[in-house]
Amino acid sequence: MGEVYYITTSGTLRRDENTILFENQDIKKKIPIENVSELFIVTEVSTNTKFFSLLSEYDIVAHFFNYYGYYIGSFYPRESKLSGHLIIKQVEHYLDKEQKLYLAKSFVIGSIINSEGIYKIDTKEHLEALKQASNTQEIMQVEGNFKKLCYKALEELTGWDFEARTKRPPQNPLNALISFGNSLVYAKVLGEIYHTPLNSTVSYLHEPSEKRHSLSLDMAEVFKPILSEGLIIELLKSKAITEKDFLEEAEYCYLNAEGRKKFLRAFDDLLKSTVYHPKLKRNVSLKTLIRLELYKLVKHLTGEEYYLPVNYHSLKR
Amino acid sequence: MYNTSELRFKGTQVAYYLICHRKLWLFTKGISFEDESDYVELGKLLDDTSFSRENKEGVSYEPVSIDFFSTENGLVVHEIKHSSALEPAHILQVKYYIYYLRQKGIKVSHGIIHYPKSKKLLKVELEEQDNELMQEVFKNMDNIIKKDKPPEVINKAYCKKCAYWEYCYG
Repeated sequence: MGEVYYITTSGTLRRDENTILFENQDIKKKIPIENVSELFIVTEVSTNTKFFSLLSEYDIVAHFFNYYGYYIGSFYPRESKLSGHLIIKQVEHYLDKEQKLYLAKSFVIGSIINSEGIYKIDTKEHLEALKQASNTQEIMQVEGNFKKLCYKALEELTGWDFEARTKRPPQNPLNALISFGNSLVYAKVLGEIYHTPLNSTVSYLHEPSEKRHSLSLDMAEVFKPILSEGLIIELLKSKAITEKDFLEEAEYCYLNAEGRKKFLRAFDDLLKSTVYHPKLKRNVSLKTLIRLELYKLVKHLTGEEYYLPVNYHSLKR
Repeated sequence: MYNTSELRFKGTQVAYYLICHRKLWLFTKGISFEDESDYVELGKLLDDTSFSRENKEGVSYEPVSIDFFSTENGLVVHEIKHSSALEPAHILQVKYYIYYLRQKGIKVSHGIIHYPKSKKLLKVELEEQDNELMQEVFKNMDNIIKKDKPPEVINKAYCKKCAYWEYCYG
């Protein structure tokens, strides 16, 4: 069983026989490919095609982030698990208005119920508005309104200024953290989708026409409150991350190398942490919880069981 | 009579027919999952390390793929398994290989299942009455695959060792 590796120092990444060789002026490190399940490359590296063929041979997804920690994209090897049958089902659910609405709403419900546990916001009104929504735009509106409340609560909980959501580029530390955290969740969900027969481009809340793996954006909604926002609150409250961890200039703000390392370590710890799964009757990691959520989506699409998003805070630790 | 000239089942599908109809359905629809269980790792390792002296390039008559062959009064079909817990399914799988190759006009003598872990060998013959059994199996497999929903989970002890376990029970 492989591990997720995070590359945070610059250097070259090459294939050396059946290992990944990481090298720079100070370090020369070999990572046996069998030990790797996924890569997050959160710095600038040089590499070559042979490295990618190695990843492809072993079905390893690699996510790339630039010098500022901004998500560039993922190396998504040729898919070995695709199912024509399931893709047809995915598309059927997209084309049927009611089916599409059901799934689009489900992802937002997941986002809302998992935010509730973090921000202690009363969600009744928002869930009711969601029920009334009759198209994606209205769903997005409900989500937008709810998110505003969450960000306000985020300011209060952390004591850091948020002002408004600013993305490209983020203009203050809190925005920088949210951007980085959300892109990690998106990449992580995508890494899990790769190992299922789901096609990552057919989605319900986000439009598949966006040239992204939009199904990952959909499912990330369920996990962002837990794996991004919840983590940010924890890191700021415990002062594990402070002003010193940011790179701030007039128009933008990013986590610096040290800050990113801290965030990634906490992110990885969180993914490995376990909760009791009442149906499987055993502890599962949060990484597995993402996978199980995708399985539930497969079951929904094959007509076995309606998809209901996981309520993370109802699970026992 | 089942049209055997169009046989398109893989050996594992025939084994799944005895193990779990749900697994047969999902596998046939291409719904499979990353096998991260130790059992699957073990299986791969077994495939790579057992019988390294034999000709394992093997002959693959799509859709069947046989572990390796030897000759003795015709071809002998060999299949390697790591545990004999699901022996009846393994036997049916090997019977199918013999049946399939004979349909293709190949002279096959018998089959052998190897359980290297327990150092056990099992000889498998395709008897006269098995031809009828195979017909029955193919017909039932077709009916299972034709269903528009996957069959129910089966709640067997061996489910815990299956790559679909988290899918079925999660």
